[in-house]
Amino acid sequence: MNYEAVIGLEVHVQVKTRSKIFTRVSTGYGYEPNTLTDPVVLALPGALPVMNKAALDAIIKAGLLLGCEIAPVCKWDRKQYFYPDSPKNYQISQYDQPICLGGTVEIELPGSARNVMGEHKKIPLTRIHLEEDVGKLNHGANDSLVDYNRAGTPLMEIVSDPAMHTAEEAYAYLTSLRATMIYGGISDCDMEKGQLRCDANISIRPVGETKLGVKVELKNLNSISYVRDGIAHEIKRQIGVLERGGIIVQETRDYDGMTGTSQSLRSKEMAHDYRYFPDPDLMPVKVDEAWKDKLRAECPELPFDKQRRFLADYQLPYTLTSALVWDHALADYFEAAAKLSGKPQATGNWIVNDLLRELGAAKLGLADSRVAPAHIAALVKLVDSGTVLTNAAKEIFVEMFATGDQPDAVAERKGLNAAPTDSNGLEQWCRDAIAANPKALAEFKSGKDSAINAFKGPIMKAAKGKANPKLVDETLRKLLASS
Amino acid sequence: MTSEPFYQTIAQLAAALDAKRLSSVDLTKAVIARTKAVEGRVHAFNSFDETDALAQASSSDARRAAGQARGALDGIPIGFKDVIAVTGQPLTASSKMLANFVSPYDATVTTKLKNAGAVVWGRLNMDEFAMGSSTENSANGPTSNPWDLTRVPGGSSGGSAAALAAGEAIATLGSDTGGSIRQPAALCGVVGLKPTYGLVSRFGLIAFASSLDQIGPFARTVEDAAIVLGAIAGYDERDSTSFQTEIPDYRVDLKQRQGPWKLGIPKEYFGEGLDPEIAAAVERTIAFYKGQGCEIKEVSLPHTQYCLDTYYVIATAEASSNLARYDGIRYGHRSQNASDIVDLYFKSRAEGFGAEVKRRIILGTYVLSSGYYDAYYLRAQKVRTLIRNDFLATFRDVDALITPTSPMPAFKIGEKADPLALYLCDIYTIGVNLAGLPGISVPCGFTKSGLPIGAQLIGQPFRESELLAIAHAYEQAHDWKNKFPAL
Amino acid sequence: MSAPADLNIDHVATLARLALTPEEKAKFAQQIGDVLHHIEQLKKVDVSGVEPTAHAAPVFNVWADDVSKPGLSVEAALKNAPAQRDHMVVVPKVVE
Repeated sequence: MNYEAVIGLEVHVQVKTRSKIFTRVSTGYGYEPNTLTDPVVLALPGALPVMNKAALDAIIKAGLLLGCEIAPVCKWDRKQYFYPDSPKNYQISQYDQPICLGGTVEIELPGSARNVMGEHKKIPLTRIHLEEDVGKLNHGANDSLVDYNRAGTPLMEIVSDPAMHTAEEAYAYLTSLRATMIYGGISDCDMEKGQLRCDANISIRPVGETKLGVKVELKNLNSISYVRDGIAHEIKRQIGVLERGGIIVQETRDYDGMTGTSQSLRSKEMAHDYRYFPDPDLMPVKVDEAWKDKLRAECPELPFDKQRRFLADYQLPYTLTSALVWDHALADYFEAAAKLSGKPQATGNWIVNDLLRELGAAKLGLADSRVAPAHIAALVKLVDSGTVLTNAAKEIFVEMFATGDQPDAVAERKGLNAAPTDSNGLEQWCRDAIAANPKALAEFKSGKDSAINAFKGPIMKAAKGKANPKLVDETLRKLLASS
Repeated sequence: MTSEPFYQTIAQLAAALDAKRLSSVDLTKAVIARTKAVEGRVHAFNSFDETDALAQASSSDARRAAGQARGALDGIPIGFKDVIAVTGQPLTASSKMLANFVSPYDATVTTKLKNAGAVVWGRLNMDEFAMGSSTENSANGPTSNPWDLTRVPGGSSGGSAAALAAGEAIATLGSDTGGSIRQPAALCGVVGLKPTYGLVSRFGLIAFASSLDQIGPFARTVEDAAIVLGAIAGYDERDSTSFQTEIPDYRVDLKQRQGPWKLGIPKEYFGEGLDPEIAAAVERTIAFYKGQGCEIKEVSLPHTQYCLDTYYVIATAEASSNLARYDGIRYGHRSQNASDIVDLYFKSRAEGFGAEVKRRIILGTYVLSSGYYDAYYLRAQKVRTLIRNDFLATFRDVDALITPTSPMPAFKIGEKADPLALYLCDIYTIGVNLAGLPGISVPCGFTKSGLPIGAQLIGQPFRESELLAIAHAYEQAHDWKNKFPAL
Repeated sequence: MSAPADLNIDHVATLARLALTPEEKAKFAQQIGDVLHHIEQLKKVDVSGVEPTAHAAPVFNVWADDVSKPGLSVEAALKNAPAQRDHMVVVPKVVE
């Protein structure tokens, strides 16, 4: 029998704010344990929560970027369960009135080849709500240690419909979602720092069946590739169970990316009854058009929209657009340079091939680069005008990257300009070359245009490789026409 | 009239302090001495810190000597219900759960009173986590009513009322969720004010029922209550439920606002279960106002019979959630008999909480549990709307309402063993919390056996000035404030 | 009066994480049953079309700007902790 998997993802994204969601002590990662707390974070007797406006701005922006409907009014609810990482033993969350409803995440599946655009799909979202993160447990041999630094960090829960069918789709979904959040300045989405966390709900059913199968929740998918591998593994596992005549049990499984295996979390956890009710310590939120408009104005163009524009407006090849659009800063850098150079593709090539290579080798980010878009544009122009040759330009780039000097200054200093630039010297080399090769002259005269190339070798040799090929060609044609 | 400083009013003492007839240190010493003399019988305090109080008093004297006194409260010892956080002082809610807890921060009202120069004095006994109407539900044992030591002072802020009545503080703070300031004020013969919900910050107040809790003063006079209210009221950016409103000078308003007022008498508050002596005293109070030219109008609050049930659903639901944080993990009582992490929760909470707290947690957990939310909590919130609307409708015709504060005078310690019987103590005070209104209890006489009686005045939201002025008019014409228990 | 048939005191005590003795269970079941019986009268109230009151005076959008302010020192944060090690709160081993 052929099976089809049905996958829904629950993604938690930490919102990048200075202070916590319900109190003003700092957020942060990597600080000494319990140095980012206050009476609210620790749920001391008498402490009360106060909303952080920036966290609300961020989730509304996320909703606008993903095409969600923004609820005109939403409220806060207490989700009640006892756990040592949850200081109040309830989590302030949003139950029946989330701030964002619906929306989609656009994804691209792998194409038939690297340089071919793959199929695009829109994965529908169920909802996005805002809640508070919990603290962190560190497990020792005989006990556990609790650090509350993370507790109270604003956290968005982004829930997709069960609308994906392959691990590749889930991977593409997460990649796109992550880029959107980073683009919007909503989160840095560093999975190693737990800024983006993903749980997957997976079921399988015979192809053609419309009812959903029994779902298994897969947890601890700690990197984007673990998400893909974990889901692929789980689909295979479930099919295996059915093919051996077994049944799928509804359970939560823990995926171990190191070993590529999963394990059931059959804890003695008591049945959940979260006893949600509206938090009486907080007032509801009303979102009006003016607030949305203000945030809408701050919304950036999303990567796929940018890619479509780069393909159409700059006529860039697909691979180049893929290399540029996923990094907002890099895409902006490209556009600035392309505007100055007027040669988008050449500009894109320099950025993707040379700049990224040098940055990578130097372990630097784009923001650290001494090469500004103007440098790239100037270099493109030097090559285009024939002032420097491609090989020389590569050398100029490396020097420019190291020093931050303008390319013409580097060319001058290192003697990398195409030479000679005065046409008299060049003309003499051309005359000499024509005179030395009467056979080619005759062929050219008889209409074989490519015969002209036979003269160029000796000229380049005479110019020690620094002749401007465009000028050489022009000069030769002028002389040949009159000889 | 007594000349003992510990029985004087803030207004009198402030004048004496300003005239250098008295120092804050001497006043504080007198209060400490009085406390030591009577506390063995009254047991109003969970703890007090003499050294700290005297240091505060001495700072106050230095300020006054330098001409930098901060107003009427500078140097005045004020007792705090043990549910309001004071940095470096115990904060126990009269619970074994918090027996060893020391607050690392100040409640907003604490900061405000410190800024006003008040001497923060002692931690006052109460029903555990403010759950009760008699101060018998305390891990530290009951407080006695200074007017009759065999009787309860009321509750939950019984320590705050008793300490003031016994001269162990010049004013005190309490908290009121369903009557916990007004009822003990009535039973102990002092003034007790529950402000409009949102007028006083709850930041640093141990939460019982978040949508009902409010901090307020106990004082010997309405004027003193106005002075303390003026110091603690106002919007607080750390309490989302505090309200942005202009804070008037209540003390000035008190004297400037004159009647006659239109006063409503809700008929539902004078029915079955009301002690006849209390009914008579309140009738006399009403007659006084009538004699002053006030228009007295019978009004109806038709949903009154549902107040108690609505209250017990909402208050216990919120409490069950608010008290989840007491788990022995980050602070508080941790069981030494737990076998694992799950057991730690069960045993720490079972050992740390008293019976009434457990009962209310169970009830509150039940009404929020899956399948019951709509039938109980949501329905109670809707009935709450009707109750509030009842009150607001009467205020179209009247300025304030007059009712008894408590259906009964102070009862014997141990007399009411049945929870439901105790819950009935609050039938006249609960509606005010549900509707978020200000309410004040003022002494209006004594029973034949010498137990104080209180009348409750209920005002309109954020119109404390008017409420205080109405109460002040009555108080000025009567001598109840100059009667003190024989201790 | 006895508890409503659907008051499962064991279940509710479990949700509330309260270890109750058999005596407490019996007593609470009866007492809470009485209160619940009393509360039943709320069902008589016609609440159709009535909005619930969560706050006596509801206002919207009470928030603070995103500025970070100093919190508690580690010492102050852990001062009341029943058990601590390495600046963290110690709890019995949590099996996830």
